[in-house]
Amino acid sequence: MSAGLALEGVTKVYGSGAAEVRALAGIDLTVAPGELVAIMGPSGSGKSTLLTIAGTLEEPTTGDVLIDGRSVSSLSTRDRAAVRRRTIGFVFQDFNLLSGLTAAENVSLPLELDGLSTREARRQAAAALEEVGLAERADHFPDELSGGERQRVAIARAVVGDRHLLLADEPSGALDSVNAEGVMRLVRNACHRGVTGVVVTHDAQLASWADRVVFIRDGRVADQTAPPASPESLLTPGPSQ
Amino acid sequence: MSVRHALLALLSAGPKYGLQLRDEFEANTGEVWPLNVGQVYTTLQRLERDGMVDAEGTEVDGPHKSYRITDDGRAELTTWLRTPTEAGTPPRDELLIKVMIAGQVPGVDVHAVIQEHRRRMVETMQQWTRLKEDAGPDDLALVLALDFELFRIDAVVRWLDTADARIRRAGPAPKVSPLTQTGAGLGAEVAR
Repeated sequence: MSAGLALEGVTKVYGSGAAEVRALAGIDLTVAPGELVAIMGPSGSGKSTLLTIAGTLEEPTTGDVLIDGRSVSSLSTRDRAAVRRRTIGFVFQDFNLLSGLTAAENVSLPLELDGLSTREARRQAAAALEEVGLAERADHFPDELSGGERQRVAIARAVVGDRHLLLADEPSGALDSVNAEGVMRLVRNACHRGVTGVVVTHDAQLASWADRVVFIRDGRVADQTAPPASPESLLTPGPSQ
Repeated sequence: MSVRHALLALLSAGPKYGLQLRDEFEANTGEVWPLNVGQVYTTLQRLERDGMVDAEGTEVDGPHKSYRITDDGRAELTTWLRTPTEAGTPPRDELLIKVMIAGQVPGVDVHAVIQEHRRRMVETMQQWTRLKEDAGPDDLALVLALDFELFRIDAVVRWLDTADARIRRAGPAPKVSPLTQTGAGLGAEVAR
């Protein structure tokens, strides 16, 4: 099975000459379908650039991005936009919901833009909102929802339909710890259903929901966690020791 | 962990036997802190000696002896619950010492040392989070205990991030005060 997402030798340089900034200096990263990877690193380490390139919002200077094993750089601009619409869901810190649309309309809009009938788009949106526990709030507008609820709508929108690559940049934003945890539980549930997930965060507690944590430093992968051992190993001799 | 006060708290709900106390203690702490029954009886003997509990039933310690909290015991429990936990004296944490020393050892990259610890901490957090993910809605005690540990380790990771940035900013040869002086200095600051 091909990787859900692969970055191969990706570099990104902004500006030139004395003003040149090398945001990414050669990133190799593979994320399997159903895997949740967290990217951690200090400000300016390149982690957000990595996410926008993975999401085809920006092009790498060199290197390639593969989604479901297909090279994105070989696609026409139009086909790339189609991959972005149909395959990739984004979750941002500030929710990015359209204030004039209800929760259900926010979730169904990308499907309708993609040519699905309104009826079918609404059906899929209702299913996605049900999945994040917001079926009862489907007809509410964003300003009638709490911060935690808005982010759940954003997650429903990110995974609605056949979208199976979820890219999130600091998805817990200014949410309190319990709501932030709720967001990560939903992201993880999506990955359990086969979605490939990448979350950029500076928060170790959020990152700890991931199967693998990748540490970025100066535009490179500096380190990553090993596959988790059994949690039971923590219970002896006990954390209070 | 004050077993003494935890037992007083359990007895405040009504008289109980030693084994019962052990089981309830483990259930209330999400079974994260195992407690042997000998420890329970030793603690109960001391509480009885100090007038915090009264024993009922047989003279010998064992399963047929039940314990009841006294008024003095209730007063002690109330005072303990409201007493601030120790937060005044900076600990001489081994990690702090390692990071300070790493900057002084020729050939050792202090940032690599920090990253090694950061990764280990996050790996431990991942394990705790798996337990939290699997916890049921009735496992409140377990989730509280896991949150406590996750926040504690998170604070250490944040400190490592800050230390990393400060040492980077300080330049290639970070000047960290010799360990003994620094420890004494911190203690002296607090003492003042």
